[in-house]
Amino acid sequence: MTAWEVAVTALKDATAIAGIGQTAFAKQLPESEKTLACRAIVAALDDAGIDASEVDGFASYTMEETDEVEVAKAIGAGDVTFFSKVGYGGGGSCATVAHLAAAVATGQASVGVAWRSRKRGSGTRPWKNTAVQLPTPAQWTRPYGLLRPADEIGMLARRYMHEYGATRDHLFNVALACRNRANQNPDAVMYERPLTRDMYMTSRWISEPLCLFDNCLETDGALACVIVSAERARDCRQKPVYLHSVAQGLPAQHHGMVNYWNDDPLTGPAWTAARQLWKQADFGPDDVDVAQIYDAFTPLIPLSLEGYGFCGRGEGAAFTEGGALESGGRLPINTGGGGLSEGYVHGFNLINEGVKQLRGVSTAQVPDAGTCLVTAGEGVPTSALLLRS
Amino acid sequence: MDGLLLPVVDDDGAPFWEYAARGELRVQACAAPECGRLRFPPRPCCPHCRSFESEWRPMSGRGRIWSYVLPHPPLLPAYAAQAPYNAVVVELADAPRIRLVGNVVSGPDAPLDSVDPARLRIGAPVRAVFCPAGPGVTLVRWLLER
Repeated sequence: MTAWEVAVTALKDATAIAGIGQTAFAKQLPESEKTLACRAIVAALDDAGIDASEVDGFASYTMEETDEVEVAKAIGAGDVTFFSKVGYGGGGSCATVAHLAAAVATGQASVGVAWRSRKRGSGTRPWKNTAVQLPTPAQWTRPYGLLRPADEIGMLARRYMHEYGATRDHLFNVALACRNRANQNPDAVMYERPLTRDMYMTSRWISEPLCLFDNCLETDGALACVIVSAERARDCRQKPVYLHSVAQGLPAQHHGMVNYWNDDPLTGPAWTAARQLWKQADFGPDDVDVAQIYDAFTPLIPLSLEGYGFCGRGEGAAFTEGGALESGGRLPINTGGGGLSEGYVHGFNLINEGVKQLRGVSTAQVPDAGTCLVTAGEGVPTSALLLRS
Repeated sequence: MDGLLLPVVDDDGAPFWEYAARGELRVQACAAPECGRLRFPPRPCCPHCRSFESEWRPMSGRGRIWSYVLPHPPLLPAYAAQAPYNAVVVELADAPRIRLVGNVVSGPDAPLDSVDPARLRIGAPVRAVFCPAGPGVTLVRWLLER
């Protein structure tokens, strides 16, 4: 074996998610982000049957405002030997788990906790801040009124629709699949709120071509999961969900959100993460039973379907036709409702939902699901996980 | 234009804005004789040959709409007052891989919503105009070509 093959073998299926935890999801929750973070983490450790004093690794997002010092103190963690933060908003979701997998597989930690706690529902909208702006948008895009993520992604969405004949009905297919799954999930913000094509087509614009239902929710909530070695996971309370392959992706000449300047802006970070993900895996896209695809905006789904190899370039919109994304379809997605309809917690609920599927306990269970792709934000430096049971 | 965000100019971008204030659209190019490739947004080093020497090459100011959005509220107040307006990505005729974000307007200092959105099309030809927007800052904006 080459050194690379040895290294990949060392990571493949070497670690597992042994516990998951979450708080309620709502437009507004009364407790602080720190309290919510602690509740989700304590719940995840309890789910795994591991005492908090054994936690020696932490990973979260750079946008996370509860730091590992505060969290470790509050939950009573032991001596911590690995901690890491990943940038680029929702692009970092799966990378938090990936970093802990690498840390556990190489002996830097033995019990890792990844978490995200966010009061995006009751807090302010980040784009309203004009005092702290990212330098490239502040100089080259925001002055022209490209203010919000919906404007930035809407620009790519219109180009995609123009190049490949994608329509609003394709974007509706995405919104509907997520909403239908949320309607089966009592924990979802949109549990009792069905969506119809008429509601979608007559809703207000946010940034044309994107309407209200093309945008994710604004949610308060927190989630966490526990990563341990595969060997240890087999002794834990729950059925292990193995981390088969993990990857991050920052393509050459990419610029997060405002990716207008490379040769091919519609080939986003998903493509880079996917190449790395599949290169390390024993199976391919055709073998994926269920997928949790980052859905801050509906057009991210067709772009991701192409990037992760479920269809060819330009075929992502057509892929959504005929109920392909629904239960029983070719590729059921976002089976808890996703960011569009369960709750938007920077994609961490997609990770936990992937675990639920492979445990067989999802509220929209795919029969005998044995493999699940989870992706982080597309359109920003991203990350992805291949889970297997 | 009261209340609209002004560009936050950095060292790499400063020459772009200095030329814009003189009514010139220029794009950064590698100054290494064997390379000479254009790049945008401006940066310290050529991603193709790693040269730190650069120059600012004049463009014709002609381009085509690569894509556009029509933002609706909620927005920052000064933008909400003109919404829905257009924001466009323009690819330059001289260098189609160089793309600038801007607004299509009916005149250099016209409001953001001064052009009927029904007139916007991907591929529509546009040309640059220059609009003084604040102390030392001149925005590059776009008129539809007939």
